[in-house]
Amino acid sequence: MNALKQYIDLYDEHRDLIEQQSPALLNTLRRSAREHLEGARLPRKGSEDYEATDLEAVFAHDYGVNVNRLPFEADPGETFHCDVPNLSTCLYYSSNDAFHSSPTAERNIGQVVVEPFSMAAVDYPELMNAYYGSQARLSDPTVALNTLLVQDGLFIYVPDGVVAERPLQLVNIFNAALDMMVQRRVLIVVGKNAAIKLLVCDHTQSPDYHYLNNQVVEIVAMQGATVDYYDMEESTPLTRRVSSIYVDQHEGSNVLIDGITLINGFTRNNYHVEVNGEHAETHLLGMTIASGEQHVDSRTFISHNAPRCNSNEMFKYVLNDHAVGAFAGKILVQPDCPRVEAYQGNRNLCGAPTAKMYTKPQLEIYTDDVMCSHGSAVGQLDEEALFYMRTRGIGIDEARRLLMQAFVADVIDGVRLDALKDRLHYLVEKRFAGTLSNCACCSQACRPAK
Amino acid sequence: MLVIKDLQASIEDKQILKGINLTVKPGEVHAIMGPNGSGKSTLSAVLTGNPAYTVTGGSVEFYGKDLLALSPEDRAHEGLFLSFQYPVEIPGVSMVNFMRTALNEKRKYYGQEPLSAADFLKLMREKRSIVQLDNKLASRAVNEGFSGGEKKRNEIFQMAMLEPRLSILDETDSGLDIDALRIVASGVNTLKSKDNATIVITHYQRLLDYIKPDFVHVLYKGRIVMSAGPELALELEEKGYDWIKEQVDSQQ
Repeated sequence: MNALKQYIDLYDEHRDLIEQQSPALLNTLRRSAREHLEGARLPRKGSEDYEATDLEAVFAHDYGVNVNRLPFEADPGETFHCDVPNLSTCLYYSSNDAFHSSPTAERNIGQVVVEPFSMAAVDYPELMNAYYGSQARLSDPTVALNTLLVQDGLFIYVPDGVVAERPLQLVNIFNAALDMMVQRRVLIVVGKNAAIKLLVCDHTQSPDYHYLNNQVVEIVAMQGATVDYYDMEESTPLTRRVSSIYVDQHEGSNVLIDGITLINGFTRNNYHVEVNGEHAETHLLGMTIASGEQHVDSRTFISHNAPRCNSNEMFKYVLNDHAVGAFAGKILVQPDCPRVEAYQGNRNLCGAPTAKMYTKPQLEIYTDDVMCSHGSAVGQLDEEALFYMRTRGIGIDEARRLLMQAFVADVIDGVRLDALKDRLHYLVEKRFAGTLSNCACCSQACRPAK
Repeated sequence: MLVIKDLQASIEDKQILKGINLTVKPGEVHAIMGPNGSGKSTLSAVLTGNPAYTVTGGSVEFYGKDLLALSPEDRAHEGLFLSFQYPVEIPGVSMVNFMRTALNEKRKYYGQEPLSAADFLKLMREKRSIVQLDNKLASRAVNEGFSGGEKKRNEIFQMAMLEPRLSILDETDSGLDIDALRIVASGVNTLKSKDNATIVITHYQRLLDYIKPDFVHVLYKGRIVMSAGPELALELEEKGYDWIKEQVDSQQ
């Protein structure tokens, strides 16, 4: 059994249709993607970097693929209201596999370019040609599959020297009334000394269907650029997500990526950062709160390819019930890269004996005169602290919640967007209190996901 | 208010308390003294419901309720407070959040509405002054990075906030310099009333110069072997515990 086969067959059968419905640019990489997929297999549980995760099983489900680009009726802008206070973002939506802009998008005019690939291919052909697929690795079969089937995507471009006033928010919503796989694709190019903050929220409105988001995000941070990319998932137990974020950092750029999983079904997040310029700074943060049968697996790879750059990585997991967490993090310092500073940490709290955490920190260093460290720990709640709180009248459940919240607080405090930081503290509080519905930002009264 | 009868308790199968009898009435201050390892801290841990200890016999009544049947949090709600010998650091939980949660849980227990933010902060300010606790400490994480003296003052501050009916001060004087000792003791005295009671666990007469006990008990080998008035503390300071140990050991 090879789960990829059904999608390759689909491509072979509908190749003309897929290509007709896509900008020509996307078609240029399909051939190469198809070659990479010839004879490829998805990793099974237990293979390298997939110690806890069975991708084959995730893709084996029979998802619908919207080859015909049929429009879905619902306009998410009508039903979705984000209420992150004081954030006043420029808001964009994708529902299932199609992008929509909202009236707030106009706030960006003259500053930031946000266009679907179909438009960007006409408006910015040079940038699209130069950077689409420039970072993503087709050797990863899920990336190859995305490249093979993707028909549109979102292009975000901040021209040189432009500091975006407002954060940009992209809300991805699954609400199709059928089991469905989508290939989300985002390309972000931030010019020299430009800056932007992005908040990406993944939501699922229909809790009854199986969805798979097989996404690829490419971020290019030019010289001196600053990019904040907050990636938050609040979906449902039936939602699966395989995400690969690729980052190319030039000299003096500063990139922060923060992956937050509050509610999900299955999630695999790959982060691949190439630090290609001196004095570049990378912050890679992750926070997972998982209960029930949630499965969250992160793999990070930071390659320091230039001297005098630094990275700082911290992933925290709080696991309860039968949740499974996994973290595999690798820092690579290439030869002739002195004065690199790279720190990696992964701390995990297992709140129940049935919760499982797999962790694998790795350092690979080929230069002397660097400062690197990694640390990994799995533990339980501090019994002494629990008792201390109980003697003050704080009930056991509340005491546990406070300690779990405290555990992830420093990851939230790493957020460089105050309104979002406050909002996250609030959402996490609700999450631990069990009162976070599928999407706290959403006006839809979806069924709460445990 | 508190009636302890033949209380026995063990930790990891080691019998520590071998039959404690003690009665405390409102308005009283009891001092419990005794050599190291006699079971003083175990007594406070058992009374507050530390799950590490197992009660193997006896009973404890607190205002007519079976104290041992209550959870640690309910014991607190009923008005029992322990000032820890070693207050626990809780990184990431702010003093404000900690105290507000504790106070509101108690109010919930008594069917009251949560305190408004303004009233709560006012109360914090008021009670903080009793032990001269700096505002900066109140905004930090619970006990994190506090000095020994600050931790003990913070304990008394929490006591002031929670207004317990019975407070157990477990070696509150350990690790305190004279000034801090005075502040802590005067805080305890300020909170004293005819309706509440205090059990002071200490090694030294020193604290009892500031917090005057009505009764002094000597705990040895898991039992109260001697009870008398405040003069006993002075005698112990002078003569040590050996004479009591000899007396008890010869009886066995």
